[in-house]
Amino acid sequence: MRKNSTKFIILTIIAIVFILLYAFYNIQGGFGYAFPRRLVRVAAMIVTGIAIAYSTIMFQTITRNRILTPSVMGIDSMYEVVQTVIYFVLGSASIFVVNHYLNFGVAIIAMIIFALILYRFLFRADKHPIYLLLLAGMIIGTLLGSLVSFLQVIIDPVEYLSLQTRLFASFNNVKTELLYVSLVILGGCFIYGGRMLRDLDVMSLGRDTAMNLGVNYDKIVLRVLVLSSILIATSTALVGPITFLGLIVSNLAYQYIVTYKHSLLIAGASLISIIALVGGQFLVQHVFHLNTTISVIINFIGGIYFIYLLLKESRAAG
Amino acid sequence: MIEIKGVSKLFGKKPVVENVTVTIHPKKITSFIGPNGAGKSTLLSMVSRLLDSDTGEVLLDKSNVKKMKSVDFAKRVAILKQSNFLNVRLTIRELVSFGRYPYSKGRLNAEDEKHVDQALEYMNLTDMQDKYLDELSGGQKQRAFISMVIAQDTEYILLDEPLNNLDMKHSVQIMKILRKLVDELDKTVIIVLHDINFASVYSDRIVALKDGRVVKDGPTNEIINSAALKEVYDMHIPVQEQDGCRICVYFNSHS
Repeated sequence: MRKNSTKFIILTIIAIVFILLYAFYNIQGGFGYAFPRRLVRVAAMIVTGIAIAYSTIMFQTITRNRILTPSVMGIDSMYEVVQTVIYFVLGSASIFVVNHYLNFGVAIIAMIIFALILYRFLFRADKHPIYLLLLAGMIIGTLLGSLVSFLQVIIDPVEYLSLQTRLFASFNNVKTELLYVSLVILGGCFIYGGRMLRDLDVMSLGRDTAMNLGVNYDKIVLRVLVLSSILIATSTALVGPITFLGLIVSNLAYQYIVTYKHSLLIAGASLISIIALVGGQFLVQHVFHLNTTISVIINFIGGIYFIYLLLKESRAAG
Repeated sequence: MIEIKGVSKLFGKKPVVENVTVTIHPKKITSFIGPNGAGKSTLLSMVSRLLDSDTGEVLLDKSNVKKMKSVDFAKRVAILKQSNFLNVRLTIRELVSFGRYPYSKGRLNAEDEKHVDQALEYMNLTDMQDKYLDELSGGQKQRAFISMVIAQDTEYILLDEPLNNLDMKHSVQIMKILRKLVDELDKTVIIVLHDINFASVYSDRIVALKDGRVVKDGPTNEIINSAALKEVYDMHIPVQEQDGCRICVYFNSHS
């Protein structure tokens, strides 16, 4: 087995190669025009990749499950609900659509509030086990999804087209202003979450053992839920929902980097995530000539991987 | 000293532990015994703060354990529960090092390493400290977890059925180590046991529970006799002396 430091060097090199390829390959129509635009997209992919990897790994530790991700709590669906409701009620000419900051802010706040209500409602009533929370999240996610479909069916078709571009993840129309906000949010999450990583290491030993070792388990769970919501909200608002990315990168990280240390797991998953996004986007632009979007590719591969993981788990259980 | 005062716990509407008052004597091994569903593990979980009690309080040197800071509590009381399923891959040494978490927060200093070495030595794990837990037998794994609790270096060590799934040799080994912890290192051990003979031979005091209530509480020799055991288990249990130990011979008894 290779040493972890070697694996990190390999991952970093691959990530850098893809970033350089993406930034410089086949630049046409003037370097000064295309290059800054490519840089913005690469930066958006790095932010998104790290946010999704970070939130998924933390989330999977507190739920002690490697198959469920924050989108299971219905957070992604909440993004779609917010956007659909805005388009439906206010129309695409509304300030909440035209002003990206405002749109971003409303989406993030709604998603955090949603996660907190879900948490408070389920945790404060009586201490329910976490799988109940996940089950509720799944059902609520489905409910929100149906609500979105319903509104989309009766919405004005022109509005619908404009809404659709917002709901499909696309690195081709990243809003530069939002990128700076995301960078600040990501930085804040790193400072806030960095102190919890060692507690999370202990929490991977289970609730009882972690509490025995003096970790304030329930408090950390709450913090992780808030942090995950913020991160997922940020990445979703920036480039739209990419449901299966977190699942793929976290599980590849667990398989490739064998450790209990969250600092290493998150770093590894982030690198894999950047490779998947930048590499995937490179393929979308230069092989598929923009005939598809990266979320379609990732959800296709991720869906197959998800089924593989489910089959593997059920075989291990049986 | 740990004092359990009027503690109750309901699961739904069903009381699992009802108004239990027990004082744990320091520097002794106290065994919790009783039939299945008597509330032994639940009581242990409440003493160690893994579960909140619905009424009553648990006092550690006169202060309510619920009001203590998690880290401070973890330096004084350690608990090991029955099931220790892990979904991370760890070596024995890494696991035992986690026992130092309340002190070091993951950054081990020389003092911490010394405690880890000693804990491994105590459980005879030094030679295999770099083996992964998933390569170990049940007994070795159990010893690794107990070693972690020893590295935690607390005055109180609480163990929930540590002999589950262990053969006779390993069970005796673990009970002897607990005895050593109490006699040599002045620890206080509370242990939930199913096998009353282990309780009889190795513990100083016994608390017998039944249907969530304390039926007997006292020194071992006052509890291990047919009359007292009849009250706890509802069966006739003949007790015989063997080399100064009281052994319960219940295998062929008529209730």
